[in-house]
Amino acid sequence: MSERPPALRVEGVSFAYTKCIKALDRVSFTVPQASFTGLLGPNGAGKTTLMALVTRLFSGTGAIEVAGRDLARDPCAALATMGVVFQRPTLDLDLTVERNLRYAAALYGLAGREAETRISAVLERLGVADRRRAPVRTLSGGLRRRVELARALLHGPSLLILDEPTVGLDIDSRRALVEHVHALCREGSLAALWTTHLVDELAAEDRVVVLDRGRVVAEGTVGEVVRAAGASSLAQAYHRLTGRQMVAE
Amino acid sequence: MNLHHARRAFTGILLRELLRFFGQRERLLAALVRPLIWLFVFAAGFRTILGVSIQPPYETYVLYEVYIAPGLCGMILLFSTMQGALAMVYDQEMGSMRVLLVSPLPRWYLLACKLVAIVLVACLQVYVFLGIARFWDVDPPLWGYLAALPAFFAAGLMLGALGLLLSSLIQQLESFAGVMNFVIFPMFFASSALYPLWRMRESSELLYQICAFNPFTHAVELVRFALYLQVAWSELAWTLGWTTLFLATALWGYSPVKGFLARTGKGE
Repeated sequence: MSERPPALRVEGVSFAYTKCIKALDRVSFTVPQASFTGLLGPNGAGKTTLMALVTRLFSGTGAIEVAGRDLARDPCAALATMGVVFQRPTLDLDLTVERNLRYAAALYGLAGREAETRISAVLERLGVADRRRAPVRTLSGGLRRRVELARALLHGPSLLILDEPTVGLDIDSRRALVEHVHALCREGSLAALWTTHLVDELAAEDRVVVLDRGRVVAEGTVGEVVRAAGASSLAQAYHRLTGRQMVAE
Repeated sequence: MNLHHARRAFTGILLRELLRFFGQRERLLAALVRPLIWLFVFAAGFRTILGVSIQPPYETYVLYEVYIAPGLCGMILLFSTMQGALAMVYDQEMGSMRVLLVSPLPRWYLLACKLVAIVLVACLQVYVFLGIARFWDVDPPLWGYLAALPAFFAAGLMLGALGLLLSSLIQQLESFAGVMNFVIFPMFFASSALYPLWRMRESSELLYQICAFNPFTHAVELVRFALYLQVAWSELAWTLGWTTLFLATALWGYSPVKGFLARTGKGE
């Protein structure tokens, strides 16, 4: 039986906003199936640029494959297997939770009973079913984030991209979101690529990619990265690799 | 591209545009109040000064209100599609444009759906305006309302494509105020919407040439003739030509490889 391709493969990706300054320089890493991979890096390391390339908002040089599908050659097939939670909130505040999800469902080709069933299932799963008919404007920051996660999961993706999804959340909402995405990965059908500054959002069994000044400076499980840096903790390893302090809760 | 998927996505985008429009009552009101004030107040005040002689497509002398009605339809299309573009700039700032752009459909198709949805909402407003204007002696032939639909759509598409192009160029919402001053007002006033071009020629040949070149003039004349069951072929050709140019540049602007998004870092 042939081995399943990784959920995400980034190979030699470079990108420059201007000719002189490279935002990303030959970045390569993989996100295995059903794994939780943290993308760490200080501000300006190129995390958000990398996210924009992976979601095809930009195109750079190099190759990006999502579940074996080349993003440049077959963007629709690659994007169909991807769910995205953006750094900034992207819900329509004046529309209800359900209307927001129906809009997303339509964009992924889901309609009628199928869309209805999926919307009910994700809302139930994320504990926001009772707010289904509430305008998004009336929800707290934590609930809005959960709705965004529900929207990203609606079409059953195999890869979930989350760009600093916990920014602006209180401690409880943050913890709940982190645990929820970890639980989804443990179930085996989903891989997550999660960018963060916060060390406590990663568990010991997670994988980590450390990005600094547009280059990958470490990749592996949390244990491997800590050992390779000769550190006693991930925060210390991060400090040694990037020269910056990592933020704890 | 799967046709079912494409159809569902279009329905979703159109529905969102309609819900947003009807959800903001002040937007609907503003869209109607603006042209109605021009019709009720401006036209009443100027009807004696700005006499309009017989000229195609009119077969007789017409009231000034009748003359400016197609221009006001154009005004609705202009403001509404630019407002649609404004919403796209806002969407980019807020990020919801990204939700559209990362969906698994070709980007040109997604942007075309967005554009068509904006134009259809604008056409809806034009019909409400024409319904009210009928009580104000603006009464083109009944079939004219139907015949003008493709003209409204073509004019809206041209203006919407321009809006789409501007939305890919503008980095911040604040810049949109500049669009009002530098695009919308000059386009509206330097056109045949409020006065026939021969009148403009009497005062300045240069101004006349500018007005004749203005894409909005072609859109307004296309609508004017269509409302009176005539096809202005050269205006149609100009309108479609401008649409193609604006659309091609806008699609380039949103292209992930070469576009302004990547060049300016707007996608971040």
